[in-house]
Amino acid sequence: MAKKESTFINMVATLFIVTLVASTALAYVYELTKEPIEAAKLAKKLQAIDAVVPEYDNQPVAEMFKVAAGEGLDSLEFYPAKKGGEVIGTAVRSYTNTGYNGLVVLMVGVLPDGTIKDIQVVEHKETPGLGTKMESPKFKDQFKDIDPSQVVLKVKKDGGDIDAITAATISSRAFSEATQLAVDTYKKGGDK
Amino acid sequence: MSQWKNFAKGFVKENPVFVLLLGLCPALGVTSTAINGMAMGLATLFVLLMSNMVVSLIKNFIPEKVRIPSFIVVIATFVTVVDLVMAGYAPAVHEQLGLFIPLIVVNCIVLGRAEAFASRKSFMSSMIDGLGMGLGFTFALTLLGSVREILGSLSIFGFKFMEGDGILVFILPPGAFIALGYLIALMNKFKKA
Amino acid sequence: MDYIIIVVSAIFINNILLAQFLGVCPFLGVSNKLSTSFGMTGAVMFVMTLATIVTYLINHYILSPYNIGFLQTISYILVIASLVQMVEIILKKVSPALFQALGVYLPLITTNCAILGVAILVIQKEYNLIESVVFAVSNAIGFGLALVLFAGIREHMDLAEIPAGIRGVPAALIVAGLLSLAFMGFTGIV
Repeated sequence: MAKKESTFINMVATLFIVTLVASTALAYVYELTKEPIEAAKLAKKLQAIDAVVPEYDNQPVAEMFKVAAGEGLDSLEFYPAKKGGEVIGTAVRSYTNTGYNGLVVLMVGVLPDGTIKDIQVVEHKETPGLGTKMESPKFKDQFKDIDPSQVVLKVKKDGGDIDAITAATISSRAFSEATQLAVDTYKKGGDK
Repeated sequence: MSQWKNFAKGFVKENPVFVLLLGLCPALGVTSTAINGMAMGLATLFVLLMSNMVVSLIKNFIPEKVRIPSFIVVIATFVTVVDLVMAGYAPAVHEQLGLFIPLIVVNCIVLGRAEAFASRKSFMSSMIDGLGMGLGFTFALTLLGSVREILGSLSIFGFKFMEGDGILVFILPPGAFIALGYLIALMNKFKKA
Repeated sequence: MDYIIIVVSAIFINNILLAQFLGVCPFLGVSNKLSTSFGMTGAVMFVMTLATIVTYLINHYILSPYNIGFLQTISYILVIASLVQMVEIILKKVSPALFQALGVYLPLITTNCAILGVAILVIQKEYNLIESVVFAVSNAIGFGLALVLFAGIREHMDLAEIPAGIRGVPAALIVAGLLSLAFMGFTGIV
């Protein structure tokens, strides 16, 4: 079959049809994948929440509320975990921009009496093999089950109680800072 | 050229990464682990295969002068499909590959094959070409990812075979360049022998 | 957001070529000579800035309001491809001298993933228009810096005795690795 000639009408018509078919097909795929994408995002959030609060029977994501963290900072998201209508813990999504490569996002689980239950790293860009060790139990467990009013959430270099990760003081500092921010903000408005 | 040769050329003789030096950006960017390399390879394989097939089917209806833009639209469509499907069904991998998924669209291999091969050859040959090239690309990325993961994290496909840290530089950006450099050198040697 | 942070991190810390691996193909292709790498840098800077502005506007006035973000990839690449063509035609007419200098590199730019990469990154990072332009320009400078440094090293490498096995592309990649290692020293400065 001979190739079509490149007249103006031909070219415009071809491009029009090609893009039309392409965008229709994409719209269809988008509709198909919309739900799984939402579900995947929700599952990721829930996974982090589940790891840091006691077992609950409500829907923390649906009951999320925001608390202002202070001057120049974004407000933090609070995910209350309830059992039988009573708050048994709150997952606080805290962050800091002082990581070695900028943003570090944590999910900090705080119990009603103010102790930290556990912490999950949600997002970070730290150096693989060094800063990433903040996800390891050896470092993270220093924050587990502690009362933040008794422990100074700073690395030892800065006069605190936290052993920094070897060769990753900046990442350790960022982790401590984000945790401190979560604790401070929780005091301001976590008991809603 | 027999179909078998057409298929097999993508692995060694015309391997897109090691020999043709195409698609280096994703090859370097996502291969910090073997799994990421393989996932990226498979995503590219899908786009390559589908766009090669579609291009060879519609080639006679496309006027000469708008050939490239039309091919780009076809490729971009399949890239978006991969992007959406991965976001929905493999969110962890999707997050790791991130920016490099939409960038498949500017991967020189895909447009190169559509333009140089699929717009001239039959449907069957184009399909086999796409499959061969895509698998060759997957093979290259998996190999590079494995080498970097073994040296850098002392594990393979996420399976840790030795305690300790490994040579960290290999999972960092510089290691990507260095590992690929030595792999290409090895490949050159292998080709001559 | 501080503009200086954007500039410094785009040029040194997250160098588009050496840390993010965008635009590696032209990096290896045209970095043989210093003069060609300057030409390529000029062309990239020109197109990257224009493309970022145009795609930013498309995203904010067409894609976001109508909630059709899934057409992002397809519309961006079309815009970039036609933009490159348009720039080529206009330059030829308006400034033949500039066309002479940049002309050869323009067609190569459509498939330069750095352009599309930056266009997508500014949306992901939620920059406003001015921040986006600053980001695009600094990324182009970062690209140019890496390219020019690399070309300088490669010109010298022609005179060095390199083992036959790694001569050519492997040696170039290993040098790029060392350069990338040097740039890693910049991390943590902002």
